[in-house]
Amino acid sequence: MIELVNVKKVFNAGNPSEFSALNSVNLHIGENKVTVLRGPSGSGKTTLLSIIGCMSRPTAGRVRLGGREISSLPERFLTDIRRKTFGFIFQQPNLIKGISVLENVMLPAYPLGEPRSRLREKAMQGLAELNISTKAASKVEWLSGGEAQRASIVRALINKPTIIIADEPTAHLDTKLSQRFMEIIEKFKAEGKTVIITSHDPLVCDSKMVDRVINLRDGRIEGEPS
Amino acid sequence: MRAWVEKQRYIIDFTLSSLIRRKVKNFGLLALYTLIVFILASAMFFTYSIKREASLILKGSPEIVVQRIKAGRHDLFPVRYLETLRKIRGVAAVEGRLWGYYYDGLAGANYTLLSPPTQQEAAEPAKPSAKTAVVEDEETEHHGVDASKPLFEHQGTALEPGTLIIGNGIARIRNIAKGEFMPFRAFDGTILNFRIAGTLSSQSELVSSDLMLIAEEDFRKLFGIESDYVTDVTVVVDNPSEIDTVASKITKLLPDARPIVRDEILRTYDSIFNWRGGMMIVIFSAAVLAFVIFAWDKASGLSAGERREIGILKAVGWETSDVIQMKFWEGAMISLTAFLTGVILAYIHVFFTGSLVFEPALKGWSNLYPHFALTPFINAEQLITLFFLTVVPYTVATIVPTWRAATIDPDSAMRHTGE
Repeated sequence: MIELVNVKKVFNAGNPSEFSALNSVNLHIGENKVTVLRGPSGSGKTTLLSIIGCMSRPTAGRVRLGGREISSLPERFLTDIRRKTFGFIFQQPNLIKGISVLENVMLPAYPLGEPRSRLREKAMQGLAELNISTKAASKVEWLSGGEAQRASIVRALINKPTIIIADEPTAHLDTKLSQRFMEIIEKFKAEGKTVIITSHDPLVCDSKMVDRVINLRDGRIEGEPS
Repeated sequence: MRAWVEKQRYIIDFTLSSLIRRKVKNFGLLALYTLIVFILASAMFFTYSIKREASLILKGSPEIVVQRIKAGRHDLFPVRYLETLRKIRGVAAVEGRLWGYYYDGLAGANYTLLSPPTQQEAAEPAKPSAKTAVVEDEETEHHGVDASKPLFEHQGTALEPGTLIIGNGIARIRNIAKGEFMPFRAFDGTILNFRIAGTLSSQSELVSSDLMLIAEEDFRKLFGIESDYVTDVTVVVDNPSEIDTVASKITKLLPDARPIVRDEILRTYDSIFNWRGGMMIVIFSAAVLAFVIFAWDKASGLSAGERREIGILKAVGWETSDVIQMKFWEGAMISLTAFLTGVILAYIHVFFTGSLVFEPALKGWSNLYPHFALTPFINAEQLITLFFLTVVPYTVATIVPTWRAATIDPDSAMRHTGE
C-alpha cells in the first residue's frame, strides 16, 4: 500500500548546520496492518512519518501510495491526499484552544464544504464512539489529558481516512490511558484501517495487535545494508 | 458551487471565532484602527467642507474692491473718486463701504464693524448687493434671485442710529442680548453707548461670528471718518472678461487706487483655508504615519500562538490558500469594521458636534469661536481615498506574514512538543 524507495531527507541543505535525518530508507507497509516505527530520539521516526503522511517531501527517493507516485506532487495535491487518506494523531493533542471540542473535531472537514448538519452528525457520532459526546460543547482547555487525546482521535477520523498516523501517541498518557488508546487502535484495525505509529513505549511495541515493528537508528532501518 | 459556498461559510465562522478568542488583542487593534480612521476621516471631511463652505460664501462677493494707497499704506477712500469709477465703461455699479476693526480690551477680541446698505436696500435681500457678500445655494442658484440670501441676515430688525446688530460670537463672549447696551471708546476717547437691536442669523456664523452692523453715522462718529470718505469701494462688472481691463483703467485713472479683483480675494481666502487645510495635512500625516507603524508592526509577524494554529490547520488538511483566505477575512472584518465605525464617528464629529476635537485649533482666529454646523459634504472620491489609505494597506500587511507562515511544512505541528 505504501512504498518508500531510497528515501533521503536532509535539513538545512548547504548550510553548516546540514543534517541528514533519513538515509536511503526502503520500506513497504501493507494494507490493514498496524506498523510501529521504533527508535531512540533523533533516529528519524517523526521525519519518516511526516513523509509517509504527505506532510513533507523527501529530499531524494520516491514515495508511492497505492501504486501512485506522490513524492513529486505539488503541495495542493499533497494536501488533498493528506486530507482524504490520512488521519493524524499527534504526540500532543494539538487542539485549538478557545473553541469547542465539536468545532475542533470538525476542523479538518471545513475545506471540503460538507453540509453542516451532516458534518455535525458525523462529529457527534465519532465523539459518542469514544465516550466524550458529553464534552462536545466544552472548550478544549477544560478537558483532561485522556479526553483531549480522544478528541484528537475523533478529529483524525472525521474525513474517514484509510490510514491512521500516530506520532508517539502514548508519550503523555499514563498506563491506563495508553491501554485505552491501544484498544482504540485495535478497533481501527478491525474496521480495516492501516495504522502507522511511532513509539518506543513497550506497551505499544509489544502489543499483540501490532503486525510489524521497524527499528530505526541514525536515519536508517536497522538490519538494512548501509 | 454549494460546497464552495459552504466552505466559505466554515472559514468565515472559524475566522469570527478566532477573532472572539483573541478578543482583548483584537478589540485593542480595532479601537486603535478606528481611532486612526476617525482622525483621518475627520480631517478629510472638515477640510473638504470648510473649503466648499468658503467657496460658496465668496461666490457672490464683488468683482473688484478698490482701496486707496497712500505711501504704500491703506488709506481712506475719497467719495469723489466714486464718480470717476462709475464713468469707466463696463462698470455696472460702484458702492462705497464703511468697515473697520475694533479691539475690545474687555473681551480681548477683535470685532469687525460694518455699515450695511441702507434700510431700503436691506429690505430687499433678494437683490445681490455689492456691499454685502451673498451666500448662494449651488443647487438653487439657477432658480432665480430668491435663491440668494445675504451673508448677514438681520431678520428685518431695523438698524437705527444708536443701535447695533451683532454676530452670535460677540453675543456669547460679551454675554449680551437684544435690548442691552454696549459701550465703545471712540477715536477721540469719548464713550459711545449702543443698544443691541438684534443678532445676526446663525446660518452664516463662519463669517459673521465677529461681525457688528452699525449705522453709517454711528460708524463715522466711532472711527472719526468724515462724510466725504469711505473705507473702500466695491465695483460690479457685468462682463467677467472685462474685469482685468476695468482694473487697469482704475489704476490709470486713479494712480493712488489699488483695485483688488475677486480672484485675488478668492486666492487669499483660499490660502487662509488652505493654511487650515495645511494644518489638517499635518494631522493627516501624523495619523498616516501612526497607521504605517501600526501596519508595519502587524506585518512584522504573527504571534507564536497564531503560527502554531496555522501549523495545526495545515496538518489536519487545510491548504495554504484556505489559511490565507481565513486571514484575509480576519483582516477584512477588522479593517471594514474600523473603517465604517471611524467614518461614521468622524461624520458625527464634524457635522453634528462641530468638530469638537479640532475646534479650538481650527475655527476662528481670535478668541471668538464661531459656532456653526458645517454642511455635510462627502463624496465617493473622499471615501475611496480613505479606503485605499487604510483598508488596503492593512489587509496587505496582514496577508504577507500569513502567507509566509502558511507555506511552512505542516509537519512543524507534529514536532511541536509544548502547549
